[in-house]
Amino acid sequence: MTTISSTRIVPASERKLKNHTSVRQTFSNSLTMAYRGLVKFRRTPEQFFDVTLQPILFTVMFTFLFGGAVTGTHGDISGYLPTIIPGVLAQTVITASVVTGVQLREDMDKGVFDRFRSLPIARIAPLAGALTADTLRYAIATTITFLTGLVIGWRPEGGFLGLVLAGLLIIAVAWAISWIFAFFGVIARTASSVQGISFMVLFPLTFLSNAYVPTATMPNWLRWFADVNPVSHVITAMRNIVAAQPVGADVWWTLLGAAVLVLVFAPLTVRAYMRKA
Amino acid sequence: MTSTELAVEAEGLVKVFGSNRAVDGVDLRVAAGTVYGVLGPNGAGKTTTISMLATLLKPDGGVGRVFGHDVVKEANIVRQLIGVTGQYASVDEKLSANENLYIFGRLLGLSGKQARAKGDELLAAFGLTEAAKRPLAKFSGGMRRRLDLAASLIAQPPLIFLDEPTTGLDPRTRGQMWDTIRSLVATGSTVLLTTQYLDEADQLADRIAVIDTGKVVAEGTADQLKASVGTSSLILRLADRNESGEALRLIAEVFGVQGTPSPEAGRITAPMSNPDAVTDLLIRFREAGIRLDEFSVQKPTLDEVFLTITGHGVSADEAGDDSDFEDNAAEVRA
Repeated sequence: MTTISSTRIVPASERKLKNHTSVRQTFSNSLTMAYRGLVKFRRTPEQFFDVTLQPILFTVMFTFLFGGAVTGTHGDISGYLPTIIPGVLAQTVITASVVTGVQLREDMDKGVFDRFRSLPIARIAPLAGALTADTLRYAIATTITFLTGLVIGWRPEGGFLGLVLAGLLIIAVAWAISWIFAFFGVIARTASSVQGISFMVLFPLTFLSNAYVPTATMPNWLRWFADVNPVSHVITAMRNIVAAQPVGADVWWTLLGAAVLVLVFAPLTVRAYMRKA
Repeated sequence: MTSTELAVEAEGLVKVFGSNRAVDGVDLRVAAGTVYGVLGPNGAGKTTTISMLATLLKPDGGVGRVFGHDVVKEANIVRQLIGVTGQYASVDEKLSANENLYIFGRLLGLSGKQARAKGDELLAAFGLTEAAKRPLAKFSGGMRRRLDLAASLIAQPPLIFLDEPTTGLDPRTRGQMWDTIRSLVATGSTVLLTTQYLDEADQLADRIAVIDTGKVVAEGTADQLKASVGTSSLILRLADRNESGEALRLIAEVFGVQGTPSPEAGRITAPMSNPDAVTDLLIRFREAGIRLDEFSVQKPTLDEVFLTITGHGVSADEAGDDSDFEDNAAEVRA
């Protein structure tokens, strides 16, 4: 049944071999791994629920649930929309970044990972590829949240440009945060434990912020936390951007926080990962 | 320089997991262009040895070289020279066969077009063209194994590691796998395979290393190994058990050795050193009017190899010398 091509195998001594991978190869390998991530998404659309259906559900649900209470009206949500849309967006996209870690763990447990390790590719490519592919998920979640907001009556003053800038900001932040979960993914023993740890971190971080309610309504100790919470800064920054307001220090705090996360967790993750890869 | 002649060279490889010395000083020398079999029971250290040589595990001691390149210091070079097919299919379950091969091809530096062409070529060679677009979840074990091997061949590596390539496959698929392995060697590849089956090593391998509890306990050609465990046995069941005396007499005359009537009357086991003599024996039986109900040849089993070489068996049911294997087995083990 099998007829393997009759071309002679090139003997080892006649091959051009090198013991390092170039930057260009690293880049190309990572892109291929990102492509693999995208093909996998396409094959398993249920993995897209958290960035497709969930943004619609959360946006509609929280807007109508809290809208009246926060604005002190009987179900008039128009005043609440500029507050909640960036809040829901931050929560959705940051939550979506957990998947990076969970999937990384699942991948590393599979036989295919052994094949990657036996190939002459950049060691970092599977990790870099996963992180890159996930930015597409964040972009989808961002677009759907904005669209849902527009459908239920949100009219941001900043226009299209504002939406794009705010979207880029939250995608960058989510990417930075995904390094935390990638780290858990590399060191944890099972995929479900990654999920467990990650949500324990995420819930306080996203809810104990200015995402849904003004921090002024909170008790002092909580207010203090919500005000310093980096998630609050990114939300404030986005609110200002989409409302065409001066952005102030929040953007810089946000970008600084993201940079610190990457600077701390990227080396940790890469080191732990390379030890296993 | 002899090292360029050698596809694989292992000197005192050691791997320790906790307190378990999974691989405890393994030496291997595999000549380029040959099939080398590593034979041993589950847990003997076969997979761990292969993993170290394939740069998947770092050895805790010893040296491994692939075509003269150190598996630790020159890991990336070694990876350019090997293909690895694991015990469990190392392909992406969620992707289709051609998506798998395309991605591996791209990772190996092929252009998009080349990767697609190579994938199609390999799928055709392995009889998987029709299944190319199906998700792997619907693949049979044999198809998965074939795809796995196809993925190892994209870069046409001069050395291929096959970790138990036929474990769990049905006999027909196993035969196909063997053909594939033979045709690989015909193109100039070196194959290092592990197996639990003596039969498989016998069919494929030029040389065999028997490995047990992390050590190489015997090494040689299949014939040398089998010679060390004794000969095959001829097993006869007579139609009329009353003729067993006459049958034993004829066996002694033709084979020059004593046959053993088994407790289950009518069955005779005789060591068969020269298969040609069987014809003579059967002719003599015909002349004497002795009719047979059953006739079979039993080869030395892996159990016997282990029993003889290591002094402890893998399982307890059959082992030992052919002439009276049941009694002897107990003695050797004791």
